[in-house]
Amino acid sequence: MYRYDEFDQALVEQRVSEFRDQVRRRLAGELTEDEFKILRLMNGVYLQLHAYMLRAAIPYGTLSSDQMRGLARVAQRYDRGYGHFTTRQNIQFNWIKLEEMPDTLADLASVGLHAMQTSGNCVRNITTDQWAGVAADEFEDPRIWAEILRQHSTLHPEFSFLPRKFKVAISAAAHDRAAVKVHDIGLRMVRDGAGEVGFEVIVGGGLGRTPFIGKTIKPFLHKRDFLSYIEAILRVYNQHGRRDNIYKARIKILVHELGAEKFAAEVENEWRAIKNGALALDPAVIAAVAARFSYPNYERLSDNPSALARARSEDRAFAAWFDSAVSNHRQPGYAIVTLSLKPIGGPPGDATAAQMDAIADLADRFSFGEIRVGHEQNLVLPHVAQRDLVELWQQLQMHELATPNVGLVSDIIACPGLDYCSLANARSIPVAQELTRRFRDPALARSIGRLHINISGCINACGHHHIGHIGILGVEKNGEEFYQITLGGRADEDAKLGTLLGPAVRYGEIADVIEDVVEAYVALRQRPEELFVDTVKRLGVEPFKERVYAAR
Amino acid sequence: MTSPHEQKKRKINGSVVVTANRLGDGAVVYRTADDHWTTDLAAAAVVAAPAAAALLARAEADGVRAVGPYIAPVELAPGDRVLPGNLRERIRLDGPTFALPGVV
Repeated sequence: MYRYDEFDQALVEQRVSEFRDQVRRRLAGELTEDEFKILRLMNGVYLQLHAYMLRAAIPYGTLSSDQMRGLARVAQRYDRGYGHFTTRQNIQFNWIKLEEMPDTLADLASVGLHAMQTSGNCVRNITTDQWAGVAADEFEDPRIWAEILRQHSTLHPEFSFLPRKFKVAISAAAHDRAAVKVHDIGLRMVRDGAGEVGFEVIVGGGLGRTPFIGKTIKPFLHKRDFLSYIEAILRVYNQHGRRDNIYKARIKILVHELGAEKFAAEVENEWRAIKNGALALDPAVIAAVAARFSYPNYERLSDNPSALARARSEDRAFAAWFDSAVSNHRQPGYAIVTLSLKPIGGPPGDATAAQMDAIADLADRFSFGEIRVGHEQNLVLPHVAQRDLVELWQQLQMHELATPNVGLVSDIIACPGLDYCSLANARSIPVAQELTRRFRDPALARSIGRLHINISGCINACGHHHIGHIGILGVEKNGEEFYQITLGGRADEDAKLGTLLGPAVRYGEIADVIEDVVEAYVALRQRPEELFVDTVKRLGVEPFKERVYAAR
Repeated sequence: MTSPHEQKKRKINGSVVVTANRLGDGAVVYRTADDHWTTDLAAAAVVAAPAAAALLARAEADGVRAVGPYIAPVELAPGDRVLPGNLRERIRLDGPTFALPGVV
C-alpha cells in the first residue's frame, strides 16, 4: 500500500470544502448549469439518465480494506447499496443526489479517496497492472511510477485544460495486463541491453470512434527522464492537439495526422529544452516515493502445500475455481486471487455494499488488508497464503464472489450502456447478463477456454469492444437497438483491433449469434488448446461469417 | 437510443413532452402546463410537436429547478395514458431494465 502524506490529505479536504461551496451556490441559483458543469466534472460528477453519477478514483487500482469499507459506506448511505467498478480501475456510484455530493466526498476523503481528475480534459487516474508488486513476471513495481506521475499531474495548471481527456497506463511485466497500447500514453517497463530498467514509451493509442493501437516513439527511456519526457509529450499535445472538433481532439488523432516519427521529433525537440531541468528525477526522489509503499511481511512458506494439493484433486468445484481465479505470486507459498464480479446473470463489475464489506474483512484476514481493482472489472486479493485458499474460497462462495469464470467466456467487460448512460445508443448490461446465462455451465466455459467478450453501448467504447476477442458494439437503427460484432481484438502486448464480422443484428438475436460464433470456433480450432483469438488470427473472420450468417 | 443532443437535431412528429433532470437529485422530471416540474409523466403537458418549442423555451428559462431540458416523444395509449415514445425515455421513466444488485 502507498501511505499518503499530510499534503495529500489536506488537498482532498480542501477540495471537498471548495466543492461544497460550489454545490451550495448552484443549488441557490447563483451559478448556472453552464458555469457549474465544468466544476462538477472536475469532481467526477456526471449527470446520467436517471440521476447524478459520481466516479471516484482508485489510484492505480490499489485499495486498503478501510478504503473498501469507505466505499461500502458511501454505497449504503448515499446510493442504492452498490457500486460499479470500471475499466479504468475506478468506481462509479449511480444514484447520488447532488445535494449529498459534498458529504459523500467528505466521507471518501476520510479514507483518503477522492474524485479529482476522474473527468474533464486532464490527466486521468493512472492505471496499471492489478498484479503490480506481486506478479511473478514483473521487473519492478509500476505503481511507484504511477504515483510519481499522479503527484506531478494532480492539479498541474498547465495540463488542467488539455484539448481532451488524457489516459496513461503503466505495465512492468512481460505480459501486459494494463492494456497500455490503447492509452494516450502507454508505458512498458523494459530492460535494455545493459540490464538497466527503463520505459518503452507508446503514444496515441485509444478506442472510441477512431480506434488506434499506440505507436512506440521511444524504445527506451531512462528513469531519470520519466517526468520530463512525459511533460514534453503533454506540451506537444497541448500545443498542437485540435480544439476545434471534439471528435478529433485526442492525442491519437494528432499522432496519426502528424505521423509517429514527426510527433516523436516534436517531443524530442521540446524535451531537449527541459530534460536537464527541475523535472530530471533524482534517485533520492524515486526512493522516497518507493519508500512510502509498504509491502507485507510474508511468512516463509512453500508452494503447493499438501492440503491445497488434496483439495485440488478431490474437490472439482474448488479445482475449477482455483484454475480460473488463482495465479502465481512472486513470493513462494502465496497466490494472487481474482474475485469475479461477474456472477451468472449479474451486471458486470457491480458489487453490493455487503460484498464490499465482506471483501474488506477477507482482505484483512487473508491478504494483509489489501485489494486491487483490475481493468477487467474484477477485484483481486493480492497476497493470499496458499494454505488459506480453501477457506477463502468457501467464504467467497457465501458472498457470490467465487464464480469460476475469470478469463472465460462469461467474464464479460461491459459499459453501463443505455440502462444508465446518457451517451449510450443501446443496452450493454442485459446483453452481458444473457450471455452469462448461455455459458453458465462451468464445464462448457472451461472447454471453450480463454475468451474475452467486451460490450460497449455506443461508439465511445467504454466497454473496450474493439479489443475484445469478441467485441459487441450497440448502435441505433431507426429507433431500435442493433449490435455490431468484431472478432480477433486483443488488449495485451500483441494488442490488435477486432475485425467486423458482418451486418449488425437485433437485440433479440445477439446472444444467439454469439453462441453461433463460439460454436464455430469450437468446430474450427485445430486443437482444444488453440485460443479463440488465435483461431481468428489463423483463419480470419470469413469462416465465422459463413457459419453465423448462413443460417440467418 | 437517441441522445438529447441527437434528438435536438431530429425532427420529432406527433405528441411530445419536455423533460429534464431535477437539479437537486437528478430525478427525471416533466414540464407541466402550468410551468412546474413533475416526476409523474401522466401530469406532464403533452403537446403537438410544433407547440413544443414554446414549452421548451420556458423550461430552459428555469435553470435552477431542472437541468438540460429537451423535447421527448410520447405515445398516447387508450384511456389517455401517456407512454414514453422510445426505449431511452422508457428507461428514464422506469429505471434500468434489470434488477439492481442487492435487490431481491
